[in-house]
Amino acid sequence: MDKISQENTDLKMKLIEDFNNFEASLNGQSNEEIHNVRRDAIAYINENGFPTKKFEEWKYTNPANILKNDYVQAFTVPEKDLSGIDVSEVLAESNANVLVFVNGRYEISLSRIVSKGEGIFVGNFAEAYKSHKQLIDEHFSGLAKNEKGAFTAMNTAFANDGAVVFAADNVQIPEIIRIINIADARTGTYLSQPRNIFITGVNAKAMISEEFFTVGENPSLTNMVTEVYCGEGSMLEHYKIQNDGANALHVGSTQIRQAADSHYSNTTISWGGKIIRNNLQAEFAGNNTECHFFGLYLLSGKQHVDNHTLADHAMPNCYSNELYKGIIADKATGVFNGRIMVRPDAQKTNAYQSNKCILLSEDAMNYSKPQLEIFADDVKCSHGATTGQLSDEEMFYLRSRGIPENDARAILLQAFAEDVIDTVKDEYLREKLDKKLIEILKRTR
Amino acid sequence: MITIKDLKASIETEEGHKEILRGINLQINAGEVHAIMGPNGSGKSTLASVLTGREGYNVTGGSVEFEGKDLLELEPEERAQEGIFLAFQYPVEIPGVSNTNFLKTAINEIRKSKGMEPMSSVEFLKTMKEKAKLIGLDPSMTSRYVNVGFSGGEKKRNEIFQLAMLNPKFSILDETDSGLDIDALRDVAEGVNKLRTKDNAFLVITHYQRLLNYIVPDFVHVMFEGRIVKSGGKELALHLEEEGYDWITEVKESTVA
Repeated sequence: MDKISQENTDLKMKLIEDFNNFEASLNGQSNEEIHNVRRDAIAYINENGFPTKKFEEWKYTNPANILKNDYVQAFTVPEKDLSGIDVSEVLAESNANVLVFVNGRYEISLSRIVSKGEGIFVGNFAEAYKSHKQLIDEHFSGLAKNEKGAFTAMNTAFANDGAVVFAADNVQIPEIIRIINIADARTGTYLSQPRNIFITGVNAKAMISEEFFTVGENPSLTNMVTEVYCGEGSMLEHYKIQNDGANALHVGSTQIRQAADSHYSNTTISWGGKIIRNNLQAEFAGNNTECHFFGLYLLSGKQHVDNHTLADHAMPNCYSNELYKGIIADKATGVFNGRIMVRPDAQKTNAYQSNKCILLSEDAMNYSKPQLEIFADDVKCSHGATTGQLSDEEMFYLRSRGIPENDARAILLQAFAEDVIDTVKDEYLREKLDKKLIEILKRTR
Repeated sequence: MITIKDLKASIETEEGHKEILRGINLQINAGEVHAIMGPNGSGKSTLASVLTGREGYNVTGGSVEFEGKDLLELEPEERAQEGIFLAFQYPVEIPGVSNTNFLKTAINEIRKSKGMEPMSSVEFLKTMKEKAKLIGLDPSMTSRYVNVGFSGGEKKRNEIFQLAMLNPKFSILDETDSGLDIDALRDVAEGVNKLRTKDNAFLVITHYQRLLNYIVPDFVHVMFEGRIVKSGGKELALHLEEEGYDWITEVKESTVA
């Protein structure tokens, strides 16, 4: 273990102090079962500290750059100002559930729940803890264990709000659930730590989109954790759309466990934010699961986006497929680390992975690292990584038909990005994403 | 329509400057079809590239005037907007971009450059249907990605279809016959013939005479080592076919002598 730096020690002390204040504010709730989990998490941080860039997992994304700002934990600030926070474009999707969180706290006045009824819960953590206490106790930190790292443990220690989606056995939630996380960076420098739990029962079905926005110019850090439990034969479509502001930082950990015959698909689109680290890990705990990870990162300026994925094949006959695409301009950096673990019992595994990037400038970078660990002998696994520039031939072909250079570039980049956008099944959202993509590409050089 | 005077161009190679065009003179008027023939490496495709503004070529001398404008000053898209079209020898496959969107964008950019409103969707679809029929292009091809998975013949036919849609003043057909069997060759040539008018002009680049049986030129030029060494009527093509290109070497030597 690397030596913990001085800043790390200071941060630890501050977090422990925060934790004591947090605990005091909980009153009677500090005797609850989940609070023991929080105590374990702060103890883990006290013992292990935060990673440094010397950790292999953090080789290309220096945690010090994420932690260096003097953040105030958002929960310590009671006043809130919702004026100027506009979610009308999201609410315009008439049949969507919209859950709005500002600096990690649920704002019921901005939200709208349309999916109700027997076997359905769509709402926030506090509400869920009242109506579905046993469900939360059983699932909270079941996947996002402290061993996943200090950022996950930090989220657990302070977990108090977030979105909860539950579809009981054989329940299909027809309406999309859009979880809108807004970092309000107009006045302070805040750390927000939303905690989401999604649970689909046997043969249940749901579609969930996590979306991130920023208002204001101050630095902000969102350190979030999402735990996803897919029941047998269930289907979950899951999107993460990162639209954050130029000074916003994001560390996200999504932990998935799939039971037999379940189908899970994740699309992560990152085009806003200063530094983003996404950890996306799926564990296949039953036979015949199907899992898709799609990613698109479209970066300019000095943006830095790091996607770390893990497809953990523990059982036989499971299928996983990953496609991450990057368009990187200026001095921006993309990182893709795709780990595929095939455990000894996981015979007849099919696991595929691909990372394709277009670099638009001399200084643009993409680090691509496939990491295949295979301990079974009857498996099909493949990985591929390509990094290149736009084709001169294609550019000339378009221009020779009268299409100006910038438009020709946008057309080719759009074509490159489109197959990831197309994986978003909600038509309303997909059209908005298409529009946004074109808007960004028109100013990408 | 287009006047090429003493055009010289070179490319950068590992051994340094290599001069490919060594003084081309050519005048093409509206309503005319010119053919350029010549052996491999004589500079035929380079001429097409220089006229359409492909990167990688240095114009080292001479001039090209197109309808009173200095063509060499213009970007490739500006040349297209002025009415120049190249049917590519090797049409490029563009995954993810549909033929329809590509052509609609191209047409509307050209219209925009002339201060015209975009073409309505109804008019565009109607035109596309009409032109596909004229060229004999399977209409289902228009919804596919540009040239992706097309056979050699389909790619060439798609070039002529684009020509029909964009309705340029001056079209260069760069080895449009290469890779085509005789039936496909005849179909593509018929398509071109249907597009000939008294207001447009064509420059047909070819290695073989056979295309010129179908697209009958008004003038034939023979290119060798970066120069036009002989010009004549359509019978010159037949002469070349019979004698082969060795004969050119002799012509050239006698010209020099």
